[in-house]
Amino acid sequence: MNQSALNPGLRDIVRRIALGWTPAHTTIAIVVIAAAIGFLPFVKMGLVVNGVFLGAIIALGAVGLTLIYGILNFANVAHGDYMTMGAYATLFVVGSLLPRLGIESSGLGPFSFGYSLLIALPIGVAAIVILAIALEVAVYRRLRNRGVNAVVLAMASLGVAIALRGLVQMIWGGATYQYPRESRQVFQLPMDVRVPPDAIFIMVVTVVLVAGVYLVLNRTRMGKAMRATADNPDLALVSGIDTRRVVWWTWAMGAALAATAGILLAVFQAQLQPIMGWRFLIPLFAAVILGGIGNPYGALVAAFLIGVTSEVSTQWINPSYKPAVAFAMMIGMLLVRPRGIFGGGRN
Amino acid sequence: MGAQCKGGRLLALLEALDVVAGYGETEILHGVSLTVGDGEIVTIIGPNGCGKSTLLKAIVGLVRVRTGRVTFRGSAIAGWPPERIVRGGLCYVPQTSNVFASLSIRENLEMGAFVRRDDYRGRIDEMFRLFPDLGLRPGQKAGSLSGGQRQMLAIARALMLDPSLVLLDEPSAGLSPAMVGMVFERIREVNQSGVAVVLVEQNAREALSMSNRGYVLVAGENRLEDAGEDLLNNPEVASLYLGG
Repeated sequence: MNQSALNPGLRDIVRRIALGWTPAHTTIAIVVIAAAIGFLPFVKMGLVVNGVFLGAIIALGAVGLTLIYGILNFANVAHGDYMTMGAYATLFVVGSLLPRLGIESSGLGPFSFGYSLLIALPIGVAAIVILAIALEVAVYRRLRNRGVNAVVLAMASLGVAIALRGLVQMIWGGATYQYPRESRQVFQLPMDVRVPPDAIFIMVVTVVLVAGVYLVLNRTRMGKAMRATADNPDLALVSGIDTRRVVWWTWAMGAALAATAGILLAVFQAQLQPIMGWRFLIPLFAAVILGGIGNPYGALVAAFLIGVTSEVSTQWINPSYKPAVAFAMMIGMLLVRPRGIFGGGRN
Repeated sequence: MGAQCKGGRLLALLEALDVVAGYGETEILHGVSLTVGDGEIVTIIGPNGCGKSTLLKAIVGLVRVRTGRVTFRGSAIAGWPPERIVRGGLCYVPQTSNVFASLSIRENLEMGAFVRRDDYRGRIDEMFRLFPDLGLRPGQKAGSLSGGQRQMLAIARALMLDPSLVLLDEPSAGLSPAMVGMVFERIREVNQSGVAVVLVEQNAREALSMSNRGYVLVAGENRLEDAGEDLLNNPEVASLYLGG
């Protein structure tokens, strides 16, 4: 039976978990939950909360990456650099373009950034959507038409990733930049939890976009066609589905989510570097694999899991090993259950 | 080697002439011809690997036609992408994975109507009347349907465009005898509503008995073509494909 790829709704996720459930799973689940609860008193709540914010950014990148994986059937290694490009394109708009038009601002309400960033964000996102579709037409479609396999496409995207990063370094150099910002007071909560106001913005944007993805996939004609194409590409073709447009929409959605993730990451870290997206690639792929390749809801849950785990890990190990934690989770999952927590569409 | 079709050449809805096609280096069809008239049921039988399924795929554009002609309602469609052929009213039901397993029944039908720009909800209701099983739980995932229900859904999906011809690749494969009868009954109803049907079938006896005409393919070439009844009574066909 063809397991569903882009599965709508919580009920299905629950049903899917229940289907493959064995006593061994119950044991593992009890051990994991008990360990998590037992650990809780020793864990700094501040790190958990921070991990949730990080998870939200991972989620935006991973949902797009898994959609592209499910529908186009290859691993887009350039996804992290779409994030970088999104952040820098927005930097150009907010730092160079808008000031020329006399629009300059920072410190909107409790946030560090100004309303000019809210204007720049959709412009930056649109630029990356155009970039992604241009790359599809110029690179990936040509390769697919020659009938190359998924590995060749992934390698091509590695080339695209390096080229994009080189482009950023050529234009902006290796220095770190910031969006125009003012320091703002963080909210102090009990248990030593500190919430920067910008993090609230990140959460709101993530919730809105994920809800948007859900609605597109389940309520719109093109979204359903995307799920159909991921499920059975040949049948999609003979049903008369315009698969070329499905591919474009998939890139558009994936690139828009990635660009937004990059912008939010730049806000959250309060800096931009050419390597920022590339570094994010391991958590992104870890979330895609943990959640089951091609399954956006799995990727969403896994992203928060990875965000929290890697943040909390810094309590005991050097923060520079954070990507290693995500990497270890990915390897562990591939060894134990390659289909991911919730099962994926392909492979 | 033209088709001796009883309906007459002028009425041909689909005409395939000396079609050569295959996968990669391998050539499967070495010049096959097929004619389907308006509103006919035509059955293709033959041993495994004779190219029955490949012929259907070549007609609908999934396999490239190397040489030969395929004409549908007067247009030469060989070389067209499947999407364009489907839009013209020639729909196809593959033998396996012929539904979107992770989509609901209703969503499967919506995908069948993807190229329609008008309001097709009425057509979905018609499909639910024709296949009452599907209308009971339109939100159910196609992957959880029984074999027979899946086959009904696959056929209904192909009918969403109101085609003038459907190609069915072994619609009875893997079904219980009771379900086979049901599926054939539905196919007859579909045909009575004016849709021409091309059937590739292992259940040759049942298929031929309800067909206007039948073709026997062997090793990628036409072996026999005749009225359905006459093929049933042909001793060679009987001994080879009808189990004695």
